[in-house]
Amino acid sequence: MQAQIQISQVGKVFRTEGREVIALMDIDLDVQSGEFICLLGPSGCGKSTLLNAVAGFSHPTAGTIVVNGRPVLAPGPDRGMVFQEYALFPWMTVEKNIAFGLEIKKQSKAQIAEKVGALLEMLNLQDFRDRYPKDLSGGMRQRVAIARVLALDSPILLMDEPFGALDSLTRRNLQDELLRIWTEFKKTIIFVTHSIEESIYLADRIVVMTYRPGMIKKIVNVSTPRPRDPSSVEFNNLKKELSLLVMEEQSRHNQHETKLPAAD
Amino acid sequence: MKSYLAKAYSTIQGFLVPVALLAIWQYLSSHGIVNPQILPTPVAVMVKWWEYLLPVETFDPSKSSYLAWMFSGELLRDAYASMYRVVVGFLVGGALALPLGLLMGATDRIYKLFNPLIQVLRPIPPIAFIPLSILWFGLGNPPAIFLIVIGAFFPILMNTIAGVRHVDGIYIRAARSLGASQTTMFLRVMLPAATPYILTGARIGVGTAFIVVIVAEMIAVNNGLGYRILEAREFFWSDKIIAGMFSIGLLGLAIDTGMNRLNNYLLKWHRGIESN
Repeated sequence: MQAQIQISQVGKVFRTEGREVIALMDIDLDVQSGEFICLLGPSGCGKSTLLNAVAGFSHPTAGTIVVNGRPVLAPGPDRGMVFQEYALFPWMTVEKNIAFGLEIKKQSKAQIAEKVGALLEMLNLQDFRDRYPKDLSGGMRQRVAIARVLALDSPILLMDEPFGALDSLTRRNLQDELLRIWTEFKKTIIFVTHSIEESIYLADRIVVMTYRPGMIKKIVNVSTPRPRDPSSVEFNNLKKELSLLVMEEQSRHNQHETKLPAAD
Repeated sequence: MKSYLAKAYSTIQGFLVPVALLAIWQYLSSHGIVNPQILPTPVAVMVKWWEYLLPVETFDPSKSSYLAWMFSGELLRDAYASMYRVVVGFLVGGALALPLGLLMGATDRIYKLFNPLIQVLRPIPPIAFIPLSILWFGLGNPPAIFLIVIGAFFPILMNTIAGVRHVDGIYIRAARSLGASQTTMFLRVMLPAATPYILTGARIGVGTAFIVVIVAEMIAVNNGLGYRILEAREFFWSDKIIAGMFSIGLLGLAIDTGMNRLNNYLLKWHRGIESN
């Protein structure tokens, strides 16, 4: 069977002020429908760059990305994006934010109301439907952002460190909720994180990336059944293995930082 | 109870300085220390203001309705004339500045086309357009409104451009990934995201319009608050000048309060200084 997302030989070079930064190099990754993939690595390893390329926000300078048999040319509602900064529209209420994508699709008022109502209930947001994002906590905002992409029925969710700014309890809460949604709706998820624990808790496969140039260092399969217990032996063995891999890249990152005072 | 007392106290506090100043002023004028021709007493000013407010003629049911008579006082007519010019000029200025600003902010090509001209015209104070406006439009409302249009146009334009240019890229990205078309992006993302800036521009614009209307009335027309205080000077009616100035202040305060209300209503989603 053909993979839902086919990333082949993808490279990305940024040119700034005469300097060339190779953000991505020789990335080959096939993601099957319904898979939960985590991209893991230190900052600057190109994991967000790769996600943005799949989303269609930036174009690779080499290679191709094919989603559902079609090359990615632009962002679109078939690949729902969840940002670390939530990116809710502050001038819209919670309800309006969730409805926005459906209004763009020109669905009928009744359809929209039904769908939005169901999502509000599913994500426990009923009491906040008429609130503006400024009145919500970070966790609540990210729930709304998730509801907003779920409304579109996109088969693929692209998540860029979505829980990075949340406290650990809220974070765990939302991770469980995301897993519930993933199981229920059989979504394909690519999830960017720099938290090793988060990647083990969530993913089917963890793609560990190297620091500049961003390449795939190793793909680790996580076969432990969910819900996974972070205090279990398997979990911690995996954590140790991944820590070693990530720390190698982190130290290359640190060396690079000290050499280059004006790094990003 | 306690908060009620605190409120009363702060109200009293707010009145302390004005009341003290009025008392000094009253003392200086009524004891002949300052010539009352130059500076009439506050009481005299208030009396004049009241006269200025009241209808000139006695009520005659055969001529007009009671309501029309009530509002036939010179002050109210002047205030209405000034307000009318501000509103029309501001609306015309805004109606020109807003679409141009949105286009210039969103499209680099249009920005480059118009920006040089705007940079040259913008530093010219609206007042400097007076001779030209009289030459072009003669006397009466047209030149006055023309000047107010210019006064309101530039602040709204500049702020609208800045507002559109400062729209956080994350909203654009989110909207694009939700499938927004160009039109949706413009109307439902860029425009609302730019409203805080646009409203700041509108507030500055209406303030400028109010300054310009007073000056324009001193030169181009024969009614309105600006005209009235200049006319009073010719008769040495210093009490009426001050009463007129007081009225101008009240009207300005009313306009600003109105704009503030509108601001709060349209920006109830906005957190203020923080951006997220």
